Amino acid sequence: MKMTPTRRVTLAATAVFLLSLSGSVTAIHAIDRLQANSVPQQALYLRSTKVLRRLSLGYTGLLADIYWTRAVQYFGQQHHNDSGDFRLLSPLLEVTTELDPQLLPAYQFGANFLAPKPPNGAGLPGAALALTQYGIAHNPDQWRLYYNLGFIYYTELNDYAKAADAFKRGSELPGTNDFMPILAARMAQHAGEFDTARMLWFTTYQSTKDARIRQNAVEHLLALQVDEDITRLEQVIQKYRAQTGHLPSSFGDIERAGFIRGTPADPKGHAYRLMPDGRIEVEDPQKIYFITKGLPPGAEPPQPPHEPQPDLK
Amino acid sequence: MAIAAIEILDLEKSYLVGFWRKRPKLALRPLRLTIEEGEVFGFLGPNGAGKTTTLKLLMGLVFPTAGTARILGMDMDDPRVKAQIGFLPEQPYFYDHLTARELLNYYGQLSGIPSKERSARVEQMLARVGLSDSAGIQLRKFSKGMLQRVGLAQAILHDPKLVFLDEPMSGLDPMGRREVRDLIQQLRQEGKTVFFSTHILSDAESLCDRVAVIHQGELRGVGKVAELTSGTQGKVEIVFYANAQQVPTALTALGAESRFGGGNMVNSVLPEAQQDAALDVLRREHMKLISLTPVRRSLEEYYIQQLRPAENEEIRNQESHKQENQKNELREEASRKGVGV
Amino acid sequence: MNSNVTGARIGYIAFNTFREAVRDRVLYNLIAFALLLSGAAILVGEISIDIERLVVVNLGLTAVSLFGVVIAIFIGIGLVSKEIDKRTLYTVLSRPVRRWEFVVGKFFGLTGTLVVNTFFMALGVFLALVYVAHKFEPMDVWVLAALYFIVLQFFIVCALALFFSSFSTPLMSAIFTFALFVIGNLSEDLRGFARVTSGLGGAVATAIAYMVPNFSALNVISQVAHGDPVPGRLILYNTAYALLYSAMAISGAVLIFQRRNLK
Repeated sequence: MKMTPTRRVTLAATAVFLLSLSGSVTAIHAIDRLQANSVPQQALYLRSTKVLRRLSLGYTGLLADIYWTRAVQYFGQQHHNDSGDFRLLSPLLEVTTELDPQLLPAYQFGANFLAPKPPNGAGLPGAALALTQYGIAHNPDQWRLYYNLGFIYYTELNDYAKAADAFKRGSELPGTNDFMPILAARMAQHAGEFDTARMLWFTTYQSTKDARIRQNAVEHLLALQVDEDITRLEQVIQKYRAQTGHLPSSFGDIERAGFIRGTPADPKGHAYRLMPDGRIEVEDPQKIYFITKGLPPGAEPPQPPHEPQPDLK
Repeated sequence: MAIAAIEILDLEKSYLVGFWRKRPKLALRPLRLTIEEGEVFGFLGPNGAGKTTTLKLLMGLVFPTAGTARILGMDMDDPRVKAQIGFLPEQPYFYDHLTARELLNYYGQLSGIPSKERSARVEQMLARVGLSDSAGIQLRKFSKGMLQRVGLAQAILHDPKLVFLDEPMSGLDPMGRREVRDLIQQLRQEGKTVFFSTHILSDAESLCDRVAVIHQGELRGVGKVAELTSGTQGKVEIVFYANAQQVPTALTALGAESRFGGGNMVNSVLPEAQQDAALDVLRREHMKLISLTPVRRSLEEYYIQQLRPAENEEIRNQESHKQENQKNELREEASRKGVGV
Repeated sequence: MNSNVTGARIGYIAFNTFREAVRDRVLYNLIAFALLLSGAAILVGEISIDIERLVVVNLGLTAVSLFGVVIAIFIGIGLVSKEIDKRTLYTVLSRPVRRWEFVVGKFFGLTGTLVVNTFFMALGVFLALVYVAHKFEPMDVWVLAALYFIVLQFFIVCALALFFSSFSTPLMSAIFTFALFVIGNLSEDLRGFARVTSGLGGAVATAIAYMVPNFSALNVISQVAHGDPVPGRLILYNTAYALLYSAMAISGAVLIFQRRNLK
């Protein structure tokens, strides 16, 4: 191929183009990494939604979507950084819903992640309540919002009466989930029971498409199972002790006594450990989250890791 | 043997037209033409014939679909060519907010004229095209004629060996056209080659050494002006003063076609054979002879003749299509039979 | 090819472009800007005293940015597309000027014009700032960083205007460039969106998110208005990015312009 001056320029320009293309992509990566460690700048300066609304020149829907995306990003990022600091989540969700009160996923996100204590959430059940109530005011026939309300009252505030009321109101709305009336009924007498909690978390899992929320629900269901298992196992051990006068030395003892069949294991397949003092512990507390039983004395309930897990189906 | 100034070798340009840009339209059929150094060459043709396309191809403003050209012995893509050529486009348009002087200076910079000579050269050019007085006025205030002169100035600013002019007389008044003609004569005397396109034949006739006629993208004829117009038509033209506002009947009897000039001046055209008889009539009537000239075949006649085959264009197209198809069929036959064509 | 001469030609083209822009009175935007800013500064005096500085910096820098982008697009398109359209280019390209030299020279002329324009607008902002705050504070130095980023933004906009001018009509070039400006300001969100989208949509979103100019990183107006510092590394990375992206757009323009048939 003859190397005319034109060809030389074409080659040089192509080389520059490709090099600068890859260079600029690299630079973007570097910048994003730099920004990731600092709290997103735009989020910090949310003063007035009214101003924002005016600035958006009527494209409030788009702006709401943008803020929604930012809220999700922010949460994931803070989670990833293990900072435990979610102070911007509430204002971000507030702005999102003020710009577009019909953005239902935002309320769900808020209910699941604003209310719980850090490092799982922002630890602001009050803000979560306010958000949900704002949502209800603007979307009075969305049963899910009542579900979220009941959920917050139940899980974080332990106010079973208000939870029952919320579930009841939600159960009267069109398209409502089948569990709602049952949940409403159970709140009255069986609020503290495993089955109630299990039903609640299952409803959460079932009624959302958000991977993060589902993940969270699954973890809670597994923890409930563990708590239930251990409660029952420890009761069995007490029965054994009452019957034989001493604590069992292994699961085999209990099995031979006819109280159980096989070696009990947790939902993830790890066998439980029988402690000399009659307690049951999980094999590895770090592997199951949210459990309140089966931990070594003085241990904190383990929290999920920072990397998002694949959705368990 | 001197190197030709321009060698055009089967230069071709086609465009894709139509809504989906699928149909090819041939703006310039393969053109083969040579222009010798030092000559003034006229490129004639009606509007849309392909004159400007050819010039743009040579200037590298547009890229050929086939063929190439050599300018001053160098390949047309060679950047060194540009230093030796000047170009005046049709109806030029320049930077509105520069003055004539600033424009020429800028172009001088781009042409690589060293700064020491540049301002002197610019003034020289301005004087040569008669714009010395308007040199400090912004170009947006220039009339068409003045712009044309700026155009000429920038074309010859860097003393190129070869000058391309696209319709240099367009939009000029007779005075302006005279000046341009004089300029071209001067360039020729300086030994430069001038290639200009025009559809005004009288200019071509008076200025050019050779001309080419192009029509509908195709070269129709090339030749020396002297040769093309040398043949007489067998007529002579007599200019004389008549005795009254009246053509002598004797003259008309000889088959003269006459018309009046100013006063009693008469122009008569009659067959060459009657030349002597006509002179006798004048002598007899005591009418004063002003001039006697053989009527040469005009360039116009040649031009129109070259254009006329246009009617046969369609037939020729069909013919060549048929030939193409036949050729293709033969080729297919041969390849099917496994024989190389 | 003598590189000196190439450099000289690029310089001549750049200077001529600058001269055209100035004489075209396109820079009269500065007057409009000055009026806007003074009006705003006076109005601000009526509002709460605490946020005067905030408003002046926010408003001032946003105005510099927006006015500048509009100017960049106007002169970018006006001076390049128009030049190609109106055949001014014929007599330029018939000289020993390479097509790529023309593109590069235009780029430097355009950016030079914008730098000068920004300088005067920045002066206006600082004057307004002093007027409302009555003194300079150490945090004002970050306003300079924000202005620097705005200039980098102009580099990219000019490069894009040139890129589109190399093949498109003046109107379409202006529209495309402006569209990319708007989208580029949301590029950070676009990348976030691309991260959480999977499959073909995610791939497409990612490609777009990285090709679109990263104007969101070049906008530090809010934080500077609050007096927060700009990290040195961000300055470094943004500079590199702006230069690289501009180079990309310009080389693209060169490639296209190289083979363009001028009508």
